[in-house]
Amino acid sequence: VTAGGMSRKAGRIRTADRAATITLWAIAILVITVLLAIIAHFVVASIGVVSLSFITGSPEETELGGIGPFIWNSLYILGLTLIFTVPFGILGGIYMAEYAGEGRVTDIIRFCQELTSAVPSIVVGLFGLAFFVGVTGWGFSALAGALALTVFNLPLLSRLTEQAIRAVPADERAASLAMGVSKWQTIRHVVLPLALPGIVTGLILTSGRIFGEAAALIFTAGLATPPNYDFANFNLADPASPWSPLRPATTLSVYIWKLNSEGLSPYVRQIADGSAMVLVTMVLIFNVAARFISRSLQRRMAGS
Amino acid sequence: VAAITAPATLKRQSTTTERIDLPRRITFLGAGLVVVLIGLLLAYITWNGLQLFTKSGVPFLDVFYPTWDPDPTSPPVSYGMLPFILGTLGVMLVAAIIATPLSVGLALFMAEVAPRWARSVTQPAMEVFVGIPSVVYGWLGITILVPFLRENFAWAGFTLGFSWFAGSLVLSIMILPTITAISYDAILAVPGDMKQASLALGTTRWQMIRHVLIPTAAGGIATAVVLGMMRAAGEALAVQMVIGNRPVIPTALTKPVTTLTSQITLDMGNTVQGEPWNEALWTMGLILLFIALIFVMTVRRMSRRRLPL
Repeated sequence: VTAGGMSRKAGRIRTADRAATITLWAIAILVITVLLAIIAHFVVASIGVVSLSFITGSPEETELGGIGPFIWNSLYILGLTLIFTVPFGILGGIYMAEYAGEGRVTDIIRFCQELTSAVPSIVVGLFGLAFFVGVTGWGFSALAGALALTVFNLPLLSRLTEQAIRAVPADERAASLAMGVSKWQTIRHVVLPLALPGIVTGLILTSGRIFGEAAALIFTAGLATPPNYDFANFNLADPASPWSPLRPATTLSVYIWKLNSEGLSPYVRQIADGSAMVLVTMVLIFNVAARFISRSLQRRMAGS
Repeated sequence: VAAITAPATLKRQSTTTERIDLPRRITFLGAGLVVVLIGLLLAYITWNGLQLFTKSGVPFLDVFYPTWDPDPTSPPVSYGMLPFILGTLGVMLVAAIIATPLSVGLALFMAEVAPRWARSVTQPAMEVFVGIPSVVYGWLGITILVPFLRENFAWAGFTLGFSWFAGSLVLSIMILPTITAISYDAILAVPGDMKQASLALGTTRWQMIRHVLIPTAAGGIATAVVLGMMRAAGEALAVQMVIGNRPVIPTALTKPVTTLTSQITLDMGNTVQGEPWNEALWTMGLILLFIALIFVMTVRRMSRRRLPL
């Protein structure tokens, strides 16, 4: 091999390296640009649409059609889902991290967690239709929707809790156990507080997903146009009350889908763009909140 | 006297054991509930999904026919689901082909190339990408992508805009963060010693990435792609909005096709429970469940570890 051949080959290798670096930068810039373009698109499209009366008003109240009831339903179903998923999810996570040994029972639980995360949300919606809507006799309702969402968020939260607990340094646990503190007391007073920032972050990001979910809700919470909600009506048994879990509850995500398939208003495009902007903004808020809360919790933990 | 005290001691001991065990039992409820719920789901979807064969007497193999014509008012009826099965697989594969190079490239960028400031942009960006709801992607597809394809690429065959390609492109954006995040973890898991050994031998960064990093992380990257495909196969609304929903065997990227998920979404509200058309939709749900099961098995096989949720 001549010296010239060597340096030519070295040159080619250096060029390939430079080309690869440029390509990787280009990919990153492309992806970020797409994301920024999506957000910018909705910001521009929602100018003149999103206003206070759009966010709080009813569909028939303003000429454009407000989305207030849908935002309310999204938040309501999110809250209801969290009531089911938070206690059971965290308990499940504690069990898997602290008590589950190697064995058939643990294997079965793991497999079920994995399968649940793999089942498409539309299939979870079908199950909700058969079981929570049909068998229970609740009909299309916020409760049926929330339980369908519970099906696939329970293992998710359980898994997040388990990971947060496993990330707690073994020293902390050992120190507590060495002082003669019982296992459960150690979990409650040492492990859980340390795992809390991780659990809360996971919880908020999960909430963002629940908020945006639509496929599992179409056949469970329903597609009905909400009536004018009277928030002073606290009668939970009354399906007209916005507080009742047994009323049909179309969420904001489902409303966007419904607008696309059967939108009758001449302002379909404006309403859907505005609704999408509100959804994306909520997701951004959830993300920022997750970062902020986890950081401040971590600081407080480090302080104590 | 001894006969009386002994059982008392035993009893006290056993209550102590129970008290220690109580948290274990209570926390087990949380873990066990997942098993109960998925068990119910499997039972109900399977039972309802088999009604088409058991109650309505449709032969099992008819499901694999290429003709879908379930409308009882226009006989002969046919419950062929091949267009949906192939549509789901086709849309999923093309989405993976588009998303994989971008995702792996982005993961490599984040792990090896990005300066600190760039990483602090890409990481939150990925979280926002994950968080954007699928209906929003679908709405973007229908208002931006579909008209764009129709107006600029009609010459290429996109006469309607609604197409296999549009569905796959929307899906590829949705699965990009999934593939990126899991590939990134796999790349980070490559021991630093291996990378340094390569660089110390005088290789360039790209040679190190190509000959050390990618081969070592290949298993993790493959798992990431399979998980992305799993998400793509199950996605319903975004795909339904842009794909055109035509029950034909997919032949051209530029033409409308349909998937299992979009057909369920579309027809569920228009059919009556108990009629064969409705039962056929549950059968599609059962097929989707079966596909999910195959994915779980595949990932378990590939990674020999737990499925990242």
